[in-house]
Amino acid sequence: MATVATCGGDAVGVGSAVATASKSNVTSFQRRGPRVSGTNDSGPRLVSITGTRPSVRNGQLLVSTGLPALDQLLGGGLAVGTVLLIEEDKYNIYSSLLFKYFLAEGIVNGHTLLVASANEDPANILQELPAPLLDNCKKEFDEDVYNHKTPESNIKMKIAWRYQLLPKMEQIRPVSSSRFGHYYDASKRIPQELIEASKWHGFFLPEKISPTLKVEPCSLTHGYIKLLQFIQNIIYEEGFDGSNPQKKQKNILRIGIQNLGSPLWGDDICCTENGDSGHNLTKFLYVLRGLLRTSLSACIITMPTHLIQNKAFIAHVTNLSDTVVGLESFIGSERETNPLYKDYHGLIHIRQIPRLNNLVCDESDVKDLGFKLKRKLFTIEWVQDNYLRQERNIYPPGFSYLLKQKDSAWGEGSLQHSTFLMSFLAKATAFASRLVRHSEPLKQTGSGRIRQAAGPRLWHDGRRQEAPGLLGIPP
Amino acid sequence: MFPELNNLLNTTPDRAEQGKLTLLCDAKTDGSFLVHHFLSFYLKANCKVCFVALIQSFSHYNIVGQKLGVNLTMARERGQLVFLEGLKSAVDVFFQAQEKPHPLQFLREASAGNLKPLFEFVRDALKPVDSGAAGWTYPVLLVDDLSVLLSLGLGAVAVLDFIHYCRATVCWELKGNVVVLVHDSGDVEDEENDILLNGLSHQSHLILRAEGLATGFCRDVHGQLRILWRRPSQSTSQRDQSLTYQYKIQDRSVSFFAKGMSPAVL
Repeated sequence: MATVATCGGDAVGVGSAVATASKSNVTSFQRRGPRVSGTNDSGPRLVSITGTRPSVRNGQLLVSTGLPALDQLLGGGLAVGTVLLIEEDKYNIYSSLLFKYFLAEGIVNGHTLLVASANEDPANILQELPAPLLDNCKKEFDEDVYNHKTPESNIKMKIAWRYQLLPKMEQIRPVSSSRFGHYYDASKRIPQELIEASKWHGFFLPEKISPTLKVEPCSLTHGYIKLLQFIQNIIYEEGFDGSNPQKKQKNILRIGIQNLGSPLWGDDICCTENGDSGHNLTKFLYVLRGLLRTSLSACIITMPTHLIQNKAFIAHVTNLSDTVVGLESFIGSERETNPLYKDYHGLIHIRQIPRLNNLVCDESDVKDLGFKLKRKLFTIEWVQDNYLRQERNIYPPGFSYLLKQKDSAWGEGSLQHSTFLMSFLAKATAFASRLVRHSEPLKQTGSGRIRQAAGPRLWHDGRRQEAPGLLGIPP
Repeated sequence: MFPELNNLLNTTPDRAEQGKLTLLCDAKTDGSFLVHHFLSFYLKANCKVCFVALIQSFSHYNIVGQKLGVNLTMARERGQLVFLEGLKSAVDVFFQAQEKPHPLQFLREASAGNLKPLFEFVRDALKPVDSGAAGWTYPVLLVDDLSVLLSLGLGAVAVLDFIHYCRATVCWELKGNVVVLVHDSGDVEDEENDILLNGLSHQSHLILRAEGLATGFCRDVHGQLRILWRRPSQSTSQRDQSLTYQYKIQDRSVSFFAKGMSPAVL
């Protein structure tokens, strides 16, 4: 077996691929392992940690986010050493649910948790985690799926046939032997014994800093500094970064930070328009990512970006994070009554997927995704354009070729694509129909002095005129 | 190094121009494939490369570099590549006070700092060793990317000063090249980023701009690349030459084609 780049002081990341382009005569054998550049002597052994699996694309170690549907959209899962940033929905209902799924997945897999919050005690957060769906609930799960199956899903489409070729997002049934990605019942609480059996660390901001402490100005907000020191402490002491040869940690640290950037953290980015003049949040994210890249950990952060008025700042934060997912719930918005969205609770936008160890990334082709929270499941589906699926005969013959075009540079299947197309076609046909003559030209029977066609003499601007018809031959 | 991009730019590793500033810019898409291209290009051209990688870790560039045919670990060991890993150094500089100024010293400062320590790091890395036995052709500075420096609290003027110093040292004094990547914020109003981008566009000799398609995501055409050759020193009597191509990124290479001529469409 080839051992490449594990000897020598600085290991390249144990999961390096031995490409055929390398000079040594080895086969293109791709070793899968954790992407930790700090571990220098874990050697070429295959490291298998519960709850992780290597990515099929680049051998990156992945953990589940707690939602198998989201794992699928992110290309298999969340890469170890990266940050998942969730842009909160307006009332922080579904984003806190995703946060809890992430932590619950950690408990079920036996990972160590680190929960940081400024407004809620981490112990309370852990009490409210959803209960995992285990194998004895498999039968009820199947019944749920069959009840919700829509009858129109198997109609063959005639005009919009391209949409039939797009794969449906099937719900994966829970397999008893799978150790990656579990399903949770949002209505039940996690059993107490699971919490007690797990290892977790909590960071509750009001406990860690005292308000009367005089703080000298430094580069970051005091709360952020304390959190970074806390995280670094845990990583170092429990050996997640592999620097401690005694403590060979073979576990993942799941870090969850709730409502980062909210005023409770001492940051003013959400309050003022030109807040964050000290760039606290961006520096925090940068140093946090530096900590994560050199340790076996994955982090979820929820951020109330809808409160941030400085849009350029959101672009900075997106560039400094790895995976960014935005949630938009329909509660209280005009979309709640839109018939297109009647089955869904909100939209989910995958804003960024990182390209790690690779030139390409696994971007999903489907861009309009909606989510709904059924009794037990949080599902993510493609919001299908009902106008096209119902196949109303609104396309005059001759225009349907636009739908049958081979891969165009238009966003396929997107709502913008189809609504634009519809409105364009409607306008085009309306305009074209006015140009078409509505009657046959009359044969010349008279002297030729009749100078108008027997048709509507009403032009598009409303004036009645004598149109110079076909019979306008001067006498 | 992507052979098709070399053809478009009309360069090969053997006869590349010297003393040039190349600006890489991306708007609504990810332009990091250009950074990988230039990194492997200059390593194959036997140049001494100083790579300031602020956004990803060393192993990421190494693994992609192996797909493109260069070995970064070996290059670093024999002294051809000086690699500043921003993420790792940020952790070091943040948690421990350093005796001597660290390249990323501005992270510790409360007010907006300057990039003098970073420039001194670059200058020390690229200055020619007196023995001259190594035999590298010319030095190259590669920065990925400058927008991170803006988001970490530095002003656009500080970053422009840094690039100016680097150009004076690397391009003019040492006859090398400088390649930088800047994100274009597009329709989002980001004044500092616009100042930086405009300032660099006026100084650079070659601008490569990777844009996402205006009509949205497409599986077969990942974006559009605009190449602009400029002559900043001379007057604008000669028009700048500009070309536009569309591209698709594959696992080990990037294929370029004229607009609308994607193999998937034809």
